[in-house]
Amino acid sequence: MYSRAYKAFVSLPPLLWVGLFLLLPYALMFAHSFWAVREGVVVHDWNLENFKTLYSNPVYFAVLLRTMRIAGSVTLCSLLLGYPLAYYLSFHAGARKELLYQLVIVPLWVSYLVRGYAWKTILGSEGVLNGFLQYLHLTHEPVAFLLYSPFAVVLMLTHIYTPFVFLPIYASLEHIPRPLVEASQDLGAGSAQTFFRVILPLSIPGLLAGATFAFVLSLGDFLAPLLVGGASGTMIANVVQSLFGAAFDWPLGAAIAVCILIITISLLFLSERVEKRWSFK
Amino acid sequence: MVLQVSTRSSTRRAPLLTIYAALVFAFVYLPIVVLILYSFNREGVGGFPPRYFTLEWYRQLFADGPIWDSVLNSVIVAAGSVALALTLGLLAALALDRASFPGKALFRRLVLLPLILPGIITGLSLLMLAVFAGAQLSLLTVFLGHGTALISVATTELFAGLQKMDRAQEEASLDLGATPWQTFWRITLPNLKLSLIAAGLLIFTLSMDEIAVTFFLIGRDNTLPLEIWGRLRRGITPEINAISTLIFVFSVALIVIWYRVRTRGLGADARELLERP
Repeated sequence: MYSRAYKAFVSLPPLLWVGLFLLLPYALMFAHSFWAVREGVVVHDWNLENFKTLYSNPVYFAVLLRTMRIAGSVTLCSLLLGYPLAYYLSFHAGARKELLYQLVIVPLWVSYLVRGYAWKTILGSEGVLNGFLQYLHLTHEPVAFLLYSPFAVVLMLTHIYTPFVFLPIYASLEHIPRPLVEASQDLGAGSAQTFFRVILPLSIPGLLAGATFAFVLSLGDFLAPLLVGGASGTMIANVVQSLFGAAFDWPLGAAIAVCILIITISLLFLSERVEKRWSFK
Repeated sequence: MVLQVSTRSSTRRAPLLTIYAALVFAFVYLPIVVLILYSFNREGVGGFPPRYFTLEWYRQLFADGPIWDSVLNSVIVAAGSVALALTLGLLAALALDRASFPGKALFRRLVLLPLILPGIITGLSLLMLAVFAGAQLSLLTVFLGHGTALISVATTELFAGLQKMDRAQEEASLDLGATPWQTFWRITLPNLKLSLIAAGLLIFTLSMDEIAVTFFLIGRDNTLPLEIWGRLRRGITPEINAISTLIFVFSVALIVIWYRVRTRGLGADARELLERP
């Protein structure tokens, strides 16, 4: 029912825009990863040196490993907080369900930076938590190890991604037909059995979506380490950022960014595959 | 939806789970409460308990020129991003809904990519484009970055709106002699009103808060998050608590508006966007 002119009119502008402002930049990122720097200038000299450097220098691998560990911890902690919360809301909250749902959403809208800053004021050696501990006479010296550590990064990112993880899990729990749960109970399964054999398997797609999201976004985060991580909390994206800044080696930075991109896209692809297998409909 | 045969499962008590859920809520809200509380503390940020109430930090904040300059910059960038992302997002949603062209599947994925990729990747890619094109970094590059990245949000939202729309109205309009242009303005657009408002609010907030992409595209003039970021490097001041509290209140006000729009409306399914990251 729509004419060719109509279709062309709606398709062409976004196609051109996306080609120019998304596809071209991502392509430039790939191109840079095969270029080199000579005497402070990026030269278009195609080679694999950057990837060889990444492969042979153990420092990059160590940082990547630490980043994975941090992202893994964030994902696990967000699941441990988000899943029970979603389960509670979906199965036990009764009339308060809608209100509690809104309460989980609100922090999602609070700026990332503001929340990071809040943790900084809480964890610092002259921060709120140390003040609290000294007020209770639990300690007389400020506890210094809280801020500027991988722990602080995990804490801050868990705080940010718990609501994100909660949402898809809650959605998949809400989609479970209640008669299935009741049938399981009527046929003599206990609460634990019902949970592990009916509810948990049916919520796998939501769980996976949330976990992938938390992992992927933590993996590429560079602000949390700058804000609360200190030197011991440096992550792979910080390396990229410093290569693009002070160290001025854009090609090497681009090579690492390409690696992050590839890891991210493979994880998304994988999780989409597994999700499809586990969804029922 | 699903027939509730008995209410047994929803009323069964689980005291441990309830306590756990309360603790998770406490964890999620603790930093926000601390932030707001200490914005009124005369002795500044830190120490416990906060003893003396003051509005001094808010007074300082309102007298702080650079902060309000950056707020203005952020509002300009956000408003521009809303216009850009909504226009292109609407066209993209119409194209995905109605046209078929080679590379459509790739196009769909590409548009959504900035939503799922870490900000540093999108930010750096756009920085390389700016350098490649010989463009000076400024609020203009920030606006182009935000607008482009947020087309993803507009497309998702408006595509959902289009899918729920009654196609027969458009057919009737065209059959009765209206031009495609008239049909677009009189039928399509009014039907998408709620999706457009919801997407607009979401894009505005996201742009106001954006920092990862902005970080690489900023020139001399700061947006609000980057102004705060710059000050954080110099140390913590309660003024940041005060501006953060105001941002929080502003965000909550926007959420309330958003839910008003949503609950009044039919489509506007932005929740779906959040549920399926």
